[in-house]
Amino acid sequence: MTRSTVGSLARRLFASQPRQAAAAQAPDAINVEIPVPFQLHLLQEGPARESVTSREELVKMYRDMFRIRRMEITADKLFKSQLVRGFCHLYDGQEAVTIGMEAALTYEDTVITAYRDHATFLGRGGTVHECFAELMGRSTGCARGKGGSMHLYKPSNNFYGGWGIVGTTGPLGAGLAFANKYEKKNNVAMAIYGDGAGNQGQLFEAKNMAGLWDLPLIFLVENNHYGMGTAEWRASKKTTFYDRVSYIPGIKVDGMDAFAVKEATRFAKEHCLSGKGPIVLEADTYRYHGHSMSDPGSTYRTRNEIQGVRQERDPIERIKKLMIKENVMREEEFKAVDKEIKQEVDDAAAKAKDDPNPGEEELFMNIYKNDSGLKTYGCDRNMVRVQLP
Amino acid sequence: MAAAGAALAPGIENRLLSPPNAGRIRCSSSAVPARGALVVRGAALSEESRKNRSSALKAVAVKGEAPNLTTAKSGHEILLFDALREGLEEEMARDPTVCVIGEDVGHYGGSYKVTKGLAEKFGDLRVLDTPICENSFTGMGIGAAMTGLRTVVEGMNMGFLLLAYNQISNNAGMLHYTSGGQFKIPIVIRGPGGVGKQLGAEHSQRLESYFQSVPGLQMVACSTPYNAKGLMKAAIRSDNPVILYEHVLLYNLKERIPDEEYVLCLEEAELVRPGKDVTILTYSRMRHFVLQAAKTLVERGYDPEIIDIRSLKPFDLFTIGNSIKKTHKVLIVEECMRTGGIGASLRAAIVDNFWDFLDGRPECLSSQDVPTPYAATLEDATVVQPAQIVVKVEQMCQGLV
Repeated sequence: MTRSTVGSLARRLFASQPRQAAAAQAPDAINVEIPVPFQLHLLQEGPARESVTSREELVKMYRDMFRIRRMEITADKLFKSQLVRGFCHLYDGQEAVTIGMEAALTYEDTVITAYRDHATFLGRGGTVHECFAELMGRSTGCARGKGGSMHLYKPSNNFYGGWGIVGTTGPLGAGLAFANKYEKKNNVAMAIYGDGAGNQGQLFEAKNMAGLWDLPLIFLVENNHYGMGTAEWRASKKTTFYDRVSYIPGIKVDGMDAFAVKEATRFAKEHCLSGKGPIVLEADTYRYHGHSMSDPGSTYRTRNEIQGVRQERDPIERIKKLMIKENVMREEEFKAVDKEIKQEVDDAAAKAKDDPNPGEEELFMNIYKNDSGLKTYGCDRNMVRVQLP
Repeated sequence: MAAAGAALAPGIENRLLSPPNAGRIRCSSSAVPARGALVVRGAALSEESRKNRSSALKAVAVKGEAPNLTTAKSGHEILLFDALREGLEEEMARDPTVCVIGEDVGHYGGSYKVTKGLAEKFGDLRVLDTPICENSFTGMGIGAAMTGLRTVVEGMNMGFLLLAYNQISNNAGMLHYTSGGQFKIPIVIRGPGGVGKQLGAEHSQRLESYFQSVPGLQMVACSTPYNAKGLMKAAIRSDNPVILYEHVLLYNLKERIPDEEYVLCLEEAELVRPGKDVTILTYSRMRHFVLQAAKTLVERGYDPEIIDIRSLKPFDLFTIGNSIKKTHKVLIVEECMRTGGIGASLRAAIVDNFWDFLDGRPECLSSQDVPTPYAATLEDATVVQPAQIVVKVEQMCQGLV
């Protein structure tokens, strides 16, 4: 059976699924089928099974995903050569989630995520250099070197970080959505957490509040099936997260398919902004690295499993195959783009390596926001460490 | 090197009338000291206040009278909870980004009536009744504050906010620092705490002990209607996360406060009674116990200087140091437990900074290190009582400790 007959068969079978408005398609529009069906909770209709894209968007998505992949691999190397210390949680394998989500959101929408935030930071417009500099604790990092890997922020593009405590993004995300509603902005807030966080009480509290007040909040679960070393079936009585709550609708989506995530996010955003309240998206995804750099990632799962996912479901390979099939780019062009991006990432790492460490005066800066003549002392209290205006 | 706000004579020149929409609050400054010099406070006083001061010296200790009123007839009498409400209402009317989040703050009017009538006036979204989930509604207040809303989160009892400790410590206190200054969190977290009348251990907690070491938080404690309203307004206008500690037993305190608008300085201590024999540092409910003890002490010929420190984090070491320089003896009277309380930190700060001015060790009267019992007699034995304060001051002044 060819792909197109499968497609048309699928279209007939799932006739109740809404179709993309074909009338407004540009002449160079490319239709992408979404093969894995969406699983729905408390919804009559789900997202479209077909996404409309363009050459530009495809090239951008490929470049962004490949840049994330290279950045995470380089971060791995930097950690092993002890330039990055502490914790380093890598996102490779999950690129489709962030890039797919960003394809449906704008920078006016607010995003908040947990500690696996390097890619989300990039998706929100952060640069690789800022990220590496922060990882290496330099003063040119996005948080002046004082945050580290888990505390990347980009307020100008409404990226609220970067948080170390599991589950905390639920209530904070509810606050972001509350602010959107309060200021009457036509934007959603996206609170991202993982399967390991899915059993946190504060998430249920946040879902209750979001449902109670119809906050425009999308809960995105990046389900990579392992909460550090504990598989989801060993941590959760119920291993799905999109249908945990009986009063908030949910959609389970193939998180390795950037267009599935894009369509699901678009659907969710429309749902929230039409006043229907919050919604949960569960992205079925996978991380190739362990939980963090101190976890080899192979004591609780087999290498065959990791290799299997890499061969069959890799998000970058998938989009590459699509672009070749649609004649967007040829194999040689991919090689050139890969080389260019690899160079870009290596240059950023080299530049960040040479950046200065924060000076000692930074130690006492930014503890308080200077607005009332406040003096900040060192712990010996004799010396005023910070001159305030 | 001059730092604005450092030279304020506490409690006197604090009245500042900032025009609406002014971004900065400036404490008026009468004299700017050179670095390291401790200015004798008296030099900064006006003739009028000096007269008030000397009469106050001889009089029976005054109970929280606002010293900057020149006539007793102006102003209006108000109870403390209502003063808080007035401050909150004025700020909500002035700035549309101010909103209140808490349990039963809206339709019920607040369990201590601090938000009474506000939901009717400003609507349900600005005075939000939450379900019982301290962890997440505090987190929600912090998330909203990150975007610029000035949220006021109420803990029905401060003790319940222990459930939100992670939010307050990691997400409010430390965010400005870990983001390299990119986010501010202009949140006010407030509620009644302290030992009440037989409320039991879980409802008699003193959370200033637990939060004092979180960097990035500011903590203030109100004790009179005058400073309650002023501190509420200052806390709301501040861009830093501020915890405002109220006391369960002080809500019905009555005082005459000015009609015109005033905002107090968050980092300042308040001189309650000038003196020369001993410096007594106190805050919240213990201020009133100290004043009660002072009546007896004055009758017996002692002259205690009483300072309500108000700012629990950071301490107003300028005012405190000036006082210790004069009296050479210091007694801290607090409601926290002996271990790890505000008194413990204050003692360390005094020893570090003012050792040369002290004639003896800094003394501290604190609550016992026990969960507050229910029985009335045991509860009274848990906290400091005025009689103990009298005994301690007498011992200190007679050189017996």
